[in-house]
Amino acid sequence: MNTRVLAARKYLKVFDIGLQNTFVYRWNFFIRSIFSVVPLVGTVAIWGAMFQTRGAGIAGYEYSSMVFYFLLTMLVDSLVTPTEDEWQIAADIREGQISALITKPINYLHYRLCLFGSYRLLYTAVTIVPIALIFFYFRAYVTLPRDPRTWALFPVSLAMAALIQFFIAYSLAMLAFWILEISTVVFLLYSFEYFLSGHIFPLDIMPASIQTALKWLPFTYEMFFPVSVFMEKTRGAALWSGLAIQAGWLLATWGIARLMWSRGVRHYQAVGG
Amino acid sequence: MKRYLEIYWIMLRNSLIREMSFKANFLLWMLVEFLWFAGQIVFIEVLFQYVDRIGDWSKWEIVLLTGTHQIIGQLFQAFFYVNVANLPELVRTGKLDLMLLLPVDSQFAVSTRQFGLDNVVNALVGVAIVVFSLVKLSVIPTASHLALYVLAVTLGVAIHYSIMLALSTLSFWIVRAQGLIFGYYNLFNIARYPDAIFGRGWFKFVFSWIIPVILVANVPARLLARSFESPSARMLQLALATAAVVAGTRIFWRFAVTRYSSASS
Repeated sequence: MNTRVLAARKYLKVFDIGLQNTFVYRWNFFIRSIFSVVPLVGTVAIWGAMFQTRGAGIAGYEYSSMVFYFLLTMLVDSLVTPTEDEWQIAADIREGQISALITKPINYLHYRLCLFGSYRLLYTAVTIVPIALIFFYFRAYVTLPRDPRTWALFPVSLAMAALIQFFIAYSLAMLAFWILEISTVVFLLYSFEYFLSGHIFPLDIMPASIQTALKWLPFTYEMFFPVSVFMEKTRGAALWSGLAIQAGWLLATWGIARLMWSRGVRHYQAVGG
Repeated sequence: MKRYLEIYWIMLRNSLIREMSFKANFLLWMLVEFLWFAGQIVFIEVLFQYVDRIGDWSKWEIVLLTGTHQIIGQLFQAFFYVNVANLPELVRTGKLDLMLLLPVDSQFAVSTRQFGLDNVVNALVGVAIVVFSLVKLSVIPTASHLALYVLAVTLGVAIHYSIMLALSTLSFWIVRAQGLIFGYYNLFNIARYPDAIFGRGWFKFVFSWIIPVILVANVPARLLARSFESPSARMLQLALATAAVVAGTRIFWRFAVTRYSSASS
C-alpha cells in the first residue's frame, strides 16, 4: 500500500481513539455545557442594563448585535479552545508515557493535533444542543453574513484561530520537560487570553490606542477576529491585513511548538536515559 | 471542638511549610489571581466609559462590589478550594478510603487538608479596593455596619464552600468530574454582578433563593456602600440561604459517603 495512505490511516485511527476516549466521559461534557450557559445570562443582563441606561449604541453595537457577539463567542469558543489538551500532554511527559510514543513511527505533534481535532468535534457535537437552543431563544438578534466572501473567509480564520490556540497550548505543555508543575504558567497565559481575546467584551469598544496595540498581539486572533469577521465588522483592507497577521501568528506559534518539542526531547533524553 | 481546632492548626502549619518550599510557584499564583482581579477592574472602567450608572449602582459602588466578591472568593480559596477541587481525584484513585478511616468527621477531613497563603494576600488586595471605593464614595461605615459586613462575608464563604462541595460530591457517581469544578467557576461568575441587572425573572429567583450566588457579594456590598438602606431584610435572607445550603450539602455529603464504593478492589 502507498505509504501516504498508510500514514493517513494511522492518524485517522488516532482521531478515532480520541473520539472514543472523550465519549467515555460524556457526563463531564454534559455538565460543562450546561454550566457554560450561566455566565451568558449574566453577560446579557449586564449589557441589557448598560444599553437601557445609555439609550444609544455603544461603539457601533446595539443591544441586539452585542448579544449576538456573545452568542458567537460561545460557539467559536467550543470549536477552537482546547479544554484538556495541555494537561494531558504535560501528564504524558511527566509520567513518562512519552517514551512509548517517541519510539513509535508517529509524529507527536500530528498525533496531538488529531486528538485535538476529535476532542473539538465531539465537544461541539455535545454543546451544540444547548448552543442551538440559546441561538433559537435569541433568534431575533441573529444576523447572518450578507457577503458570500464572508462565508468563505470565516472558516479560514476560524481554523487558524483553532490552530493558534492549539500550538500555544502545546508549547506551554512542553514546559513540563523542564518544570514539574505547569499549571501556574498555563493560568497566567490563560488570564491574558481571557481578557485580551474578547471573552469579556468585544475588543472594539476599547479606546483606540489600546486597540492598535491589541491588533498586533496573538490574543485577538484566538477568538475576537473570527467573530468580527462573521459579524462583518472587519471588512475590506482590514479583513485582509487581519488574515495576514493571523497567518503570521499561526506560523510563529507553529515554529515555537516545533522548537519546544525538539529542545524538550533532547533535554528529556539527557535526564531519563 | 478543641481537638478539631488542634488538628486544623497542624494542617495549617504543614501547608504553610509546604507552600514556602515552593516560593516561585507561590509568587506566580499570587500574580495570576491579581491579574484576574485587575482585569475585572479594567472591565468596569471600560463599561463606565459609556454610562455613569448601571441599574441603580454607581461606578464606585460596583468597584466595591467587585472588591467584596474578591475578598469572599479568595478567603474561600484560601481555606477550602484546593481541598474540595481535589475530591474527584481522591474518589477516582480510591485515596478517599484513607480519609474515611480517620477518627474525625469525614467532611472535615477532606475539606481542611491544605491552606493557600497566596489567596490571603489577594483577599487583602480586595480589602484595599473596598477601602479605596469607600473613600471615593465618601462613606464612613459605623462599627455595627462593619461587624455586619464581616458576618456577611463569612456567610458568603460558607455559601461558596457548600455549593462547590455539593458539586464535587457528584464525583461519587460521575468519574472525572473536572466539569464540576468548571461549573463552580461559572456559577460564581455571576456573583460579581450587581443584583439590579437581573430584573425580576426566574433566573434571579433561582440564584437568590435556591443557589444563592447573587446574594453572596451583593448583600455585604450594599450594606457598606448604601448604609441608608436598611440591611435587616437582606441579612435575614442571606442567613437563611446560607443555613439552607450548608445543611443541604451536609445531608448530601452523608448520603454520598454511604454510597461510596472504593475505586480499588
